[in-house]
Order: sequence, then C-alpha cells, then structure tokens
Amino acid sequence: MYDPTVARLTYRALLGRRRALILGALPLLLIVISVIVRALVGADDQTASDLLGGLALATMVPIIGVIAGTGAIGPEIDDGSVVYLLSKPLKRPTIIFTKLIVAIAVTMVFSALPTLIAGFILNGNGQQIAVAYTVAALVSSIAYAALFLLLGTVSRHAVVFGLVYALVWEALFGSLVAGARTLSVQQWSLAVAHKVAGGDLVTSDVGLPTATVLLVVVTVLATWYAGQKLRSLTLAGEE
Amino acid sequence: MTTLQIDHVSRWFGNVVAVNDITMTIGPGVTGLLGPNGAGKSTLINMMGGFLAPSTGTVTLDGQQVWRNEAIYRHIGIVPEREAMYDFLTGREFVVANAELHGLGAKAAQQALATVEMEYAQDRKISTYSKGMRQRVKMASALVHDPSLLLLDEPFNGMDPRQRMQLMDLLRRMGDEGRTVLFSSHILEEVEQLAWHIEVVVAGRHAASGDFRKIRRLMTDRPHRYLVRSSDDRALAAALIADPSTSGIEVDLAEGALRIQAVDFGRFTALLPKVARDHGIRLLTVSPSDESLESVFSYLVAA
Repeated sequence: MYDPTVARLTYRALLGRRRALILGALPLLLIVISVIVRALVGADDQTASDLLGGLALATMVPIIGVIAGTGAIGPEIDDGSVVYLLSKPLKRPTIIFTKLIVAIAVTMVFSALPTLIAGFILNGNGQQIAVAYTVAALVSSIAYAALFLLLGTVSRHAVVFGLVYALVWEALFGSLVAGARTLSVQQWSLAVAHKVAGGDLVTSDVGLPTATVLLVVVTVLATWYAGQKLRSLTLAGEE
Repeated sequence: MTTLQIDHVSRWFGNVVAVNDITMTIGPGVTGLLGPNGAGKSTLINMMGGFLAPSTGTVTLDGQQVWRNEAIYRHIGIVPEREAMYDFLTGREFVVANAELHGLGAKAAQQALATVEMEYAQDRKISTYSKGMRQRVKMASALVHDPSLLLLDEPFNGMDPRQRMQLMDLLRRMGDEGRTVLFSSHILEEVEQLAWHIEVVVAGRHAASGDFRKIRRLMTDRPHRYLVRSSDDRALAAALIADPSTSGIEVDLAEGALRIQAVDFGRFTALLPKVARDHGIRLLTVSPSDESLESVFSYLVAA
C-alpha cells in the first residue's frame, strides 16, 4: 500500500519548491504573534485558547492542509509528469495512499508542531490548552490532507476550491450558520480537543462519537474515491 | 513477439471526433505514425498507452486490455511528448526512481543511462538539461525495465540534427532487437529515415498503412502543380504539353503565369529547363504550388 519511491518524489516536490516558503511562513507568523501576545497580555488561558482556536486551528491548519494536500498530486497532474507514476505497474490506490501519508505528515509538521510551540509560549500549556489544540491539529491534518488530496486529483483549480472551503465554509459560514458547523473538520477536531482539555475553554458543536465517525468516514471515502479517480485519469494530448 | 492491436477505435471529446474508427496492428520493428498536426496522433498514442479510454473499440497488447490495466506497464515503455519530468531531480535520480517504481534497482537505471549515453550529465539537475538531453533521459526512463513495446510521442520535436541522428540510431537498434517501437511524427523525412512500416492518420482517420517505400512513391508520384512565369508563356506551354510528363496547362491571364500539372515528377523537373533552353525561353518563376504537407496527406487520403 505504501511505496517509498512515490513518497520520496512527493516529499521533494512538496518541500523543494516555493511551496515550502508558504508552508513555513504561516507557522512562523503564528509563533511571532504568540510571542507578541504573551509579551503584551501575559499568560492568559482564554487568550491562548482564542488565538489557538481562531488562528491556528481555524485558519492555519486548513491552509497548510490545502497546500500539502493539493500540492501532493495537483501539480504533477497539471504538468503531466504524473505519467511517470501512472506508466508503472503500481496500483493506483497505492499511489494515492502514499501521497496521503506524505500530505498528512507535512500538514502535521507544519501545523501541529507550531501549534504546540505557540501554546507553550502563550500560557505554558495551562489547562492542557496547548496539548488539546495540538491534538486537534493532528486529527484535522488527517482529514484535511485526505479531502484536499482528493480535490487535487479531481480538479485543476484545487487550490482555489480548497481555500474557499477552508476560509469561507469553515471560518465564515460556520460562524454564521449553526448547521454548517456539524459538517466542519474544524468542529470535529475540536470535539477531540475538548475531550483532552476538559473544562469550558475548548468547546465543539459536535459530540465526540459523531465527530469520530465523521472524521473516519470522510478520510476513508475521500482516499478511496481519489484512488478510483486516478485509475481512470485521462491525460489530454497537446493537440 | 509483441503486437499492439487497435480495433475499431474511436474517440471523441464532446462534439469533436479526434479519432474515427481506426483499426491497425503494430508488430515488432519500427513503425512511424505519420500525420499533420491535429490529426489525432497524440490521442491515438494516449489510448495505446492506456492514458485515455477509447469511446468505442479496444486497444490490446498481445490480447490484454491496455486501459485500466496497471500490470500492462511491465511490457510498455512510454516517452511522452510533454516536457515536465520532476525537474528538481538529477537525471540519475529520475531514472533510478523510474527503475524503483518497476521494482528494479540502481543497476538497471545505470544500464539505461548508458544506453542513451547520458552518463556524462547524469548528476546534473534535469532543469539544466537541453531539449535533447531531456529526451534521452525520458528514453532511459522508458527503457529501464527492458520493455517489449516502446511508444514515443513526437520524440524528435525540438532536437538538433545530431541529437536526432543519435536517437534514430537508438530506435533502429531497438527495432532490430525485435522490440515493437512506435513513434509519431508530422515530418515525412523523419519517418522515411527511420520507419520500416508507416501508418498515416489524417483528420482522425486511418489514411494509409504499409511499407514506407510504397507510400513514399504514392507521395512523389502524385500530380505536382507548378506556377511558372517565363519570357514566352504560350510557347513554353506548347512545348511542355507535347511531353507525357505534363497532363495539363492553364494560362492564368490574371497572374500572368502558367499553371502546370505534372504527372511524372522526376521527368518533368528534368524536362522544364531543357525545353526552355531549346526554345530560347527565359524562366522567371518556377514554384511548386501544393507542397504543403496537408496537400500531400489529402492526396494520400484520396488515393
């Protein structure tokens, strides 16, 4: 199911180009803001939770997910170099699964790790807030990577659609329409975070059982479907 | 023996028919797929390589379906027309990756690089390669698993004459070894120099198939049209029409020229200057009026 060569090619494509700069910029911004907030406000649990929830989980994780998820396959399909993977006796689901693992790992490293560091800077992990949001970032990394990898497989405009989902649906729509929150990766991961932190600082609109089921279903379905789409991927000629 | 069978294959994109009911058999040796730009060659090659589903019909390799059959790639090597190829890798890294994806190691990769004579630049990044070098590294990646069928889409595009000759030698060798090699081209001379057998595709249809010499003869024997201006058009016309190599002459008053249709190309080109000299006529313009590839192809379709 996992091919080390596909993984190596994907890592190098993801981390080698300008994408790496964008991947690094957001976490850096989060940490810089955390240092400033800590210096101005001091260690405050509510502030830490607001910043980690609003900036890290609601904005940074999905954007990193979009870049890593779509970037793991989209550019190869766009420029046609995916032909070198497809013209091999490799099961298509193996290609997708391997790219998913890479996308998850990259999203986790560039989103969960900075979240943890920012959490410790903000309030030294008081009330388990840093750990709770880090767990949420880890969990949502998986679902985002799967969703955006699928998007990268089926659409040439994956980055745009991905950003629209991440910023409009998750952030804006979710805060206006209650129902939209049930269908939000962010809320599902918050349900897991709530379990870790306890208390009322980290809350979710979705119960933990529902959140867990939805997370698993979305990840598995998206991965399966991406594998199917890759099996019948059509490479258009130059004509 | 590897035989690629294309059986009543059509492919359309929306309302546009790119490939129209083509049946052909590609056997061992070098086959040229010839046709003008936009004739459907790439569409056809994409279907042969399993990257595009035929709308109707089937493509099989020794009886096995090509579309949605990953295992078939153990036998197929593909050199795509598109340039993109993991430019951030070195040539060696790229070919090694291709070998690994076939379950092979660095040794197979090294052999393939040696075959295409790219060892000298194997440690440079692909992004620094010239067009010809890229083409050769693509070849190495296609050869790494010693495939019995090699598909190449416009492999000579943008190559300089020396690189072209090297690649031709290599493909000829592959054909001599008994591999089935198919390459597409829109340039007659390329196909003529390399292919033993050609398939001609025009406007999505299969226009001709067979030995290139036969088809080449069809091409050179076709009626040629010339526009000729001289110091005495009518005298020249009278002298030329007496010879069987000329089948018709029109005096174009508006252009102030003769429109000549020649049926025997070789004989006519020798006759024209001789007749002019014998009659003391000066030739001012001699230009072929239908040398475009499209006219050659449309003649072939009609034949």
